[in-house]
Amino acid sequence: MTDATSKGPLTTADGTPLKRKLEQAMFASRLRAFGLVAPLLAFILAVFVVPITVFMVRGFHNPTYETYMPKSTELLLEWDGVSEPTEEMAAAMVADLIQARADKTIGRAATRVNQEYSGTRSMFTRTARKAAKMEAPFMAALVKAHKNWGKPEVWQAIKVAATSWTPAYFLAALDLKYKGDGSVVWQVEERQIHITLFLRTMEISLIVTLSCFALGFPVAWLLANLKVRTANLLMILVLLPFWTSILVRTTAWIAMLQGQGVVNDLMAFSGLNQVILQFMLLFRDYGDLKLASLCSNDVNGVLATGEATLQTLSAQAADAQTTCAAEMVRIYSASGLEAAVAQAGALKAEALRWGYGDERFSMIYNKTGTLVAMTHILLPFMILPLYSVMKTIPPAYLRAAKSLGATNWTAFWRVYFPQTVPGIGAGSMLVFILAIGYYITPALVGGQDGQMISNFIDFHMRKSLNWSLAAALGGVLLIIVMFLYWLYDRVVGIDNMKFG
Amino acid sequence: MAAGSGDDVFVEFEGVQKSYDGVILVVKDLNLAIRRGEFVTMLGPSGSGKTTCLLMLAGFETATHGNIKLGGVSINNIPPHKRNIGMVFQNYALFPHMTVGENLAFPLEVRKLGKAEIEQKVTRVLDMVQMGGFKSRRPSQLSGGQQQRIALARALVFEAELILMDEPLGALDKQLREQMQYEIKHIHESLGITVVYVTHDQSEALTMSDRIAVFDDGVIQQLADPATLYERPENAFVARFIGENNTLGGKVTGMNGVNATVQLDGGPTVQALAVNCGAVGNRTMLSVRPERILIGDASAPNVLEARVVELIYLGDHIRCRMEVAGDDSFIVKVPNSHAHAALNIGEVTPIGWVTEDCRALDAV
Repeated sequence: MTDATSKGPLTTADGTPLKRKLEQAMFASRLRAFGLVAPLLAFILAVFVVPITVFMVRGFHNPTYETYMPKSTELLLEWDGVSEPTEEMAAAMVADLIQARADKTIGRAATRVNQEYSGTRSMFTRTARKAAKMEAPFMAALVKAHKNWGKPEVWQAIKVAATSWTPAYFLAALDLKYKGDGSVVWQVEERQIHITLFLRTMEISLIVTLSCFALGFPVAWLLANLKVRTANLLMILVLLPFWTSILVRTTAWIAMLQGQGVVNDLMAFSGLNQVILQFMLLFRDYGDLKLASLCSNDVNGVLATGEATLQTLSAQAADAQTTCAAEMVRIYSASGLEAAVAQAGALKAEALRWGYGDERFSMIYNKTGTLVAMTHILLPFMILPLYSVMKTIPPAYLRAAKSLGATNWTAFWRVYFPQTVPGIGAGSMLVFILAIGYYITPALVGGQDGQMISNFIDFHMRKSLNWSLAAALGGVLLIIVMFLYWLYDRVVGIDNMKFG
Repeated sequence: MAAGSGDDVFVEFEGVQKSYDGVILVVKDLNLAIRRGEFVTMLGPSGSGKTTCLLMLAGFETATHGNIKLGGVSINNIPPHKRNIGMVFQNYALFPHMTVGENLAFPLEVRKLGKAEIEQKVTRVLDMVQMGGFKSRRPSQLSGGQQQRIALARALVFEAELILMDEPLGALDKQLREQMQYEIKHIHESLGITVVYVTHDQSEALTMSDRIAVFDDGVIQQLADPATLYERPENAFVARFIGENNTLGGKVTGMNGVNATVQLDGGPTVQALAVNCGAVGNRTMLSVRPERILIGDASAPNVLEARVVELIYLGDHIRCRMEVAGDDSFIVKVPNSHAHAALNIGEVTPIGWVTEDCRALDAV
């Protein structure tokens, strides 16, 4: 008899080590379990993991130039990017141009360089046509064909394009420019759009999340606390839009919110628009900026006739003038006609931001439209996790708190609310992460200032065909989401999150 | 009711009625007076209205009609948080996101007491329930019994004069339940607080209470101390609900002072104490406790023939099911003493009882 308990590894009755025996016994069931998930695993790998990985790699790897222009690539990579481009490089370039033109791939290579330095596409194609007849010295011949060949920054741009593994796209996604000499500088100011877009995307997502929370919390509370029959009816009302196509819901908002839409008609009919307008104007500089009345008459007058109206306005008594008129007159007398008309233009633009001029509000094809439609669409994602958490909070807690002397508010705030935090966390995470990548709704109702980063990614995917930049933008978005997730874990704790 | 006009009445229900749907009265005309320092239990089957009464007293339900007074003042319009009534809930309702200490401090914090005072009161009440070392634990880290103690401590910590308990021991196992019964009883006695206790467990009610109000169908069937309730039930419901009981249906054939002569459905005629049986000719239900049956004693006042159907040995006594007057669910408890009669299944033996032990009640 072996003394298995005191010395050495445990063995089974026939002497095999217990661990190995256990593994053998478990192997069959593990294999079966794996067999069951294998199809799904293969599917996810094939249609999700692999394409996304491949696409993500594009964000920092683009071998187009290297593939079609191999000779010049070799020399460009050796070049330090600062000194004068050499005759040798020019010769290799000419050879590549001849070859690429024969292969009909010159367009692709040119497009790649054009992404780094606009205008170079035509330079490449035009030079390629003449390349076959070129003779040494090639640098001079290239410059003769197109004067841009003489610019060092063009050669630097080509060097960037020739570098297949490049941080250029990720830097471009952050409004930075990677130059041929290896330095990184800010993109010129009028082309800095991505950071603004990322910030706007975050801002919209945050506002949508907060609105969903503010609207969803009471609804979830009702769902969890009403009688079963009423709660079921309410639940259907929550779920019905959820099951409706996102396209239908978004276009429904167009009908609701447009200038001659339901909401504007109702507001104009009830006079509510005036109330809202006055209320909004209270908080602005131009206290009496009534869009279809006095003030806009003055502004439109100045814009239409300029000096004549300004003279008339100047002649008015100071207390008879509207704030706009007073301001325009002040600027007219201080800085002259041009400045006064410019101010009128600014006031007009200000007015147009608030309405159409017939005191209707522009609520669609702008940020407002995006916010309203997205809040509506994402609301169920807040309500459902909140509801499932609230459902598990027994009403006895509130009663207990009240019996212990807490007022309704204290009972809610100190006893009920802290217990809903896991639901709030889950709902907010869900809504925020869905919102940050939202695409269709901003595309349909966002207009100019309601566009989000996904719309830009879509633009680079379908219109500009700069897939590498699209990949880099997507990569930055992914990193932001993962960072926020990490932050949430640190602050609240992922374990604290409950979806149901 | 017995204490209705006493000087020291603390809690008083006056003609209280309650309906949830406007169709059914859950509580029908409740009149109950509870003295200061008394331990009163509301006992009854589920749906009898006892919990509704407790919720009305706590302020979570409003009385449809009638008046509830606390210390002589009507509290109908006082919201729950101003009533200063401690309550222990069925599943304890300890706040899961707070530690034991925070749970206990909660009622004191909402009363805006100072930190030092809160600290001192929390420590004292924890010692009272013997949970001194558990202050920083979460409720989920405690066993059922420990949670129960904390829930009790939380109801006591703000020194309410009235404590309500809604089946507080329902979730505990038998042994722990019995132990907690004695502890609650002792705390009640040492603090002199008034306790209104709701349960459907009659042994719990008998153990702890000064008086028990037996509820059924929204009405108090009997309000009395445990001994009276057991020994002298006033109607058939109480007789059957409290303790084990043998019932025999019959008809009143004659009245003889305090006793009634009843002809059983099975044929024989017996004497019983007339409690609630009405006049001659009425149907009645005779109630006699299993431990009051005299077995094998032909000289007892009321002797019937009984056949042994089943014998169950239970250690301290033998439980004997017999067929008496055509009814085979008649139970007799035979004490396991040296002198007890040796019974065999199928054996026919005379049984009997003292007339006062057999109560003629209303027929159901």
